[in-house]
Amino acid sequence: MTAKKIDARGLSCPQPVVLTSQAIREGAGDLEVIVDNEVSKENLLRLAKKYNMRADVKEENQDIVIRIAK
Amino acid sequence: MGNFCATRTGIIIVGGSIGIMATLLQYLGNPPNMGICVACFERDIAGALGLHRAAIVQYIRPEIIGFVLGAFIISLFVGEHRPRGGSSPLIRFFLGTFAMIGALVFLGCPWRTLLRIAGGDLNAIVGLAGLAMGIFGGVLFLKNGYSLGRSQPQKPWSGYVFPAFMLGLFLLLLFSVSFSEGGPIFFSASGPGSMHAPLWISIAAGLIVGVIAQRSRFCTMGAFRDVMLIRDFHLISGVAALLIAAFAMNLLLGQFKLGFEGQPIAHTDHVWNFLGMSLAGLAFALAGGCPGRQLFLSGEGDLDAGFFALGMIFGAAFSHNFAMASSPKGVAAFGPAGVVAGLIFCIVIGFTMRERAKS
Repeated sequence: MTAKKIDARGLSCPQPVVLTSQAIREGAGDLEVIVDNEVSKENLLRLAKKYNMRADVKEENQDIVIRIAK
Repeated sequence: MGNFCATRTGIIIVGGSIGIMATLLQYLGNPPNMGICVACFERDIAGALGLHRAAIVQYIRPEIIGFVLGAFIISLFVGEHRPRGGSSPLIRFFLGTFAMIGALVFLGCPWRTLLRIAGGDLNAIVGLAGLAMGIFGGVLFLKNGYSLGRSQPQKPWSGYVFPAFMLGLFLLLLFSVSFSEGGPIFFSASGPGSMHAPLWISIAAGLIVGVIAQRSRFCTMGAFRDVMLIRDFHLISGVAALLIAAFAMNLLLGQFKLGFEGQPIAHTDHVWNFLGMSLAGLAFALAGGCPGRQLFLSGEGDLDAGFFALGMIFGAAFSHNFAMASSPKGVAAFGPAGVVAGLIFCIVIGFTMRERAKS
């Protein structure tokens, strides 16, 4: 299954979390969220935990790619 | 690599520490129920610079300087100093302006709202309800795609400007520079502006708060927003810890006095306490952070948060120059008009600034 991609770079708290939780509620089981700061990363990891989903973090240059899956 | 401050235990310790430090600052000389108030203290700075001439609220508050510099230093240290900007700076400036107008109708930022409740000031419960109402309005906008747009990375040196401004203020304070006979820098001889803890204690407390708040992402507006928006109780547990710690300390230090009447630097006009903080809460929610959080973000290189903070200082000057800021006697002549204008501004912004339509 291809992951739904969300580019949340440059967006400030809480928009990355809002976009991601909307996608999860719309049924996306596999997500790839790109953010550019630690705060958004921490918030997304907390969100994944709340939905009981797995989250893997990968750092690419300035970007942080978070893969969230059931 | 873990970030302890950002854990549940961490945020509770941070909130509790802020509550303890704030009440100690009161004990050591800061105004009652105002150990730390970002709105009041930025207002005092505006006064010290002569941007408004309300003689009783003029002082360069070292706590504010410490917040920014503490966040600046720790963010450099942990590699989180990241200059960024360009997400609707002018709108953020005016959100800050109106947030301050609302906060000064109530007489306090969210931190002081908590400190006032912890000191037994029941008027602040009305203010807190207003704050929650305003944040709820912001949450509705967020759910419908509200966004001030993306920020872009900025040149490294742009991230040093706001901290340098704060350092400049600190030097003005340290040397109490007088620029003309009877002119700025102004320092209140009486009233809340004349009440302050020793300078070195204030700056130290400010720096400590700046460091731990940057690490923990402590934000009072975010606390309520996250509960309403995504049922996340992380930040609110820090806010609760602040309230409880400050309450316990006030009992211990004999600073607790329960009631509506005769509370320090407060008035009992419930309607405008509520609506003033509703405006503030809505503006904070639309700008993505409470006044304290905006300062910590400014320290770590968020230029847009810096605009918000400058907007607050500008708004404080406006509030006092145009008879909008309340006093213990009650709401000022033009306070309600300022709040209504602010609410209209925020609602228009909320409806018109959208990244995308809701699917």
